[in-house]
Amino acid sequence: MKKIEAIVRPSRVDEVKEALASVGASGMTVTEVKGFGRQKGHKELYRGAEYVVDFVPKARIEVVLTDEMVPQAVEAIVRAARTGKVGDGKIFVTPVEEAVRVRTGERGDVAL
Amino acid sequence: MIDKGDTAWVMVCSALVLMMTIPGLALFYGGMVRQKNVLATLLQSLAVLCVVSIQWVLFGYSLAFGPDKGLGIIGGLDWIGLRGVGPAPYAGYAATIPHTVFMLFQMMFAAITPALIAGAFAERMKFSAFLLFSLLWAVLVYDPLAHWVWSEGGFLHKLGALDFAGGTVVHLSSGTSALVCALVIGRRKGYPRTPMLPHNLPMTIMGAGLLWFGWFGFNAGSALEASGIAANAFLTTNTAAASAAMGWMLIEWKLRGKPTALGTASGAVAGLVAITPACGYVGPMAAILIGFAAGILCFGGCHLKTKFGYDDALDVVGVHGLGGTFGAIATGLFAWKAINAGGGDGLFHGNAAQLGTQAIAVVATIALSAPLTYGILKLVDATVGLRASEEDEVNGLDLSQHSENAYQSGSSMGEHRVAMVSEAKAVEPVLTSEAIAR
Repeated sequence: MKKIEAIVRPSRVDEVKEALASVGASGMTVTEVKGFGRQKGHKELYRGAEYVVDFVPKARIEVVLTDEMVPQAVEAIVRAARTGKVGDGKIFVTPVEEAVRVRTGERGDVAL
Repeated sequence: MIDKGDTAWVMVCSALVLMMTIPGLALFYGGMVRQKNVLATLLQSLAVLCVVSIQWVLFGYSLAFGPDKGLGIIGGLDWIGLRGVGPAPYAGYAATIPHTVFMLFQMMFAAITPALIAGAFAERMKFSAFLLFSLLWAVLVYDPLAHWVWSEGGFLHKLGALDFAGGTVVHLSSGTSALVCALVIGRRKGYPRTPMLPHNLPMTIMGAGLLWFGWFGFNAGSALEASGIAANAFLTTNTAAASAAMGWMLIEWKLRGKPTALGTASGAVAGLVAITPACGYVGPMAAILIGFAAGILCFGGCHLKTKFGYDDALDVVGVHGLGGTFGAIATGLFAWKAINAGGGDGLFHGNAAQLGTQAIAVVATIALSAPLTYGILKLVDATVGLRASEEDEVNGLDLSQHSENAYQSGSSMGEHRVAMVSEAKAVEPVLTSEAIAR
C-alpha cells in the first residue's frame, strides 16, 4: 500500500478526483491548504497599499492505493492537474504499513 | 409654531443618524479589522452610543447647546437633565420642531463622533479605557466644540463660519483626535511588518452603504426642516459621494493597476465627509468637484501613515481628518447665497473673507481637539491603562476583553473543543455514564 499526497491547484480538484476515480480509487481525502513553492504569492490591494500574500491556496488530495495502482494513479493526477504554468503542484508517494476499515475490522488491501 | 412635516422629517433623520453609528460605522470598521477583533470593534460603536446618549441627556446637551456663559466657549448647566427642554420649539435653534426633537437629532451627532475616532486605535485599546476615553472626550471636546460652532452664543457661529452638518464638529475633530490617539497609543504589535488585512470586506461594504443611506439624515436633516434647503443637501450629498467614489476608484486604478471594492467604498465615505459642511450651501456642480477632489485627496491621505509611520488602523486621519479639513475649506470656496440665502458666499462667488473664516474654524477645531485629546489619553493611561497587554492584543480583543468569539468553527470537530465550564457544574450528574445508562 502506498499513500499518494498530491498538492494541486484548487481549480483542478474536480478533474483530479475524476481521474483518480477512473483508475479505480474508491475514496480520497481533500483538504484546503496554503503554502508556497516556486509560484510566489500574489498581490493584494487595500486602500492603495500593496501586500504580497506569500501563501497561496492549494488543495491537498490524499489517497491510499494498492502498490500496483500507484503508477497509473500518479499519471492520472499529473494529467488532470497540469496547466503548464508554475504552481501546478507536487505529488508525494509514501509507503503505508497498514489500513483498517473501522466498520468491519478488515485489514490490508481489502480495507482500502 | 410646530410644523408636523418638519418634525416628522427631523425625527426620521435622527433615527437615520443613529443607524450610521450602529450598524453602519460598526460594520464599516468591523469588516476592516482582523477576525479576532471584530466583536470588540462592533461593540465600541454600540457602547459609545450608549455612553454618549446618557451623557447627552444628563448634561451634555446643556453644555453644548445651553445658554452661553459669556465668551461663546461653553453652555452652562441651565438645561441639566433636559430641564426646560420639552415639546415647545426653541426658536434660537429650530422654530418649527419640538425642542426635544432638535436635542435628539444633535444627540446622534454627539454619539457618532467619538465612535469615529475608535478606528485609529482599533485592535489594541482596553475596553475600560475606551469607555472612559469616549465619555471624557464627549464632555471635554465634543460638547464645547458643538457649542462653538452651532449654539446661538458660540464664537465660531457668531464669526460666520459655515458648517452645515458637522464637517468641523464631527469629522475634523474626530480626525484630529484620531491622529493624536494613534501617536499616543502607538502601533499595533507587528505593524507595519505584519500585514493586517481586513477580515470581511463584504461587511465593510455593507457598512459603507448604511453610512451613505444614513448620511441623508445627517446632512439633509441638518436643514432642521423639510424644505428646499434639505432637498439641496440631499442632492449634494449623493452627488459628492458618487463623485468621490469614482475619484478614488479611478486614481487607484491608474496608480495601482486595479479598481478595488474597499477603495470605492472608502471614496464614497470620503466624499460624504467632505460635502458635510458644504451640503446646504453649495450646488450640485460644486458637489461633483468637491467629491472628486476628496476621493483623490483621501486616497493620498491613507498613505501618510506609511510615510510617517503612525498606525491609524482604519484611516480615520486620512478620511475624516483630511476630508473634514478639505470640506471646511471647500465650503469657503463654493458657498453661494443663491443656493441658501441664510448661508454665505465663498471665494468663487466674490467673498474671499469666507475662506479666512473657514480657516479659522479649522484651526480652532484642531487647537481644541488635539491638546485635549492628548490630555484625556494621558489621564486614562494613568488611571485604567490605555493598551491591552501584549498577550491580550495577540490573542485578540474579542477573547481577551469580552471572552467571546465571533465565528465558531463550522466543522463538527469544533464543538468538541467547547467545554461549558460554568454550566457543566450544574448539570454534572446528568452527564455521568451511570445517568446515561439509566
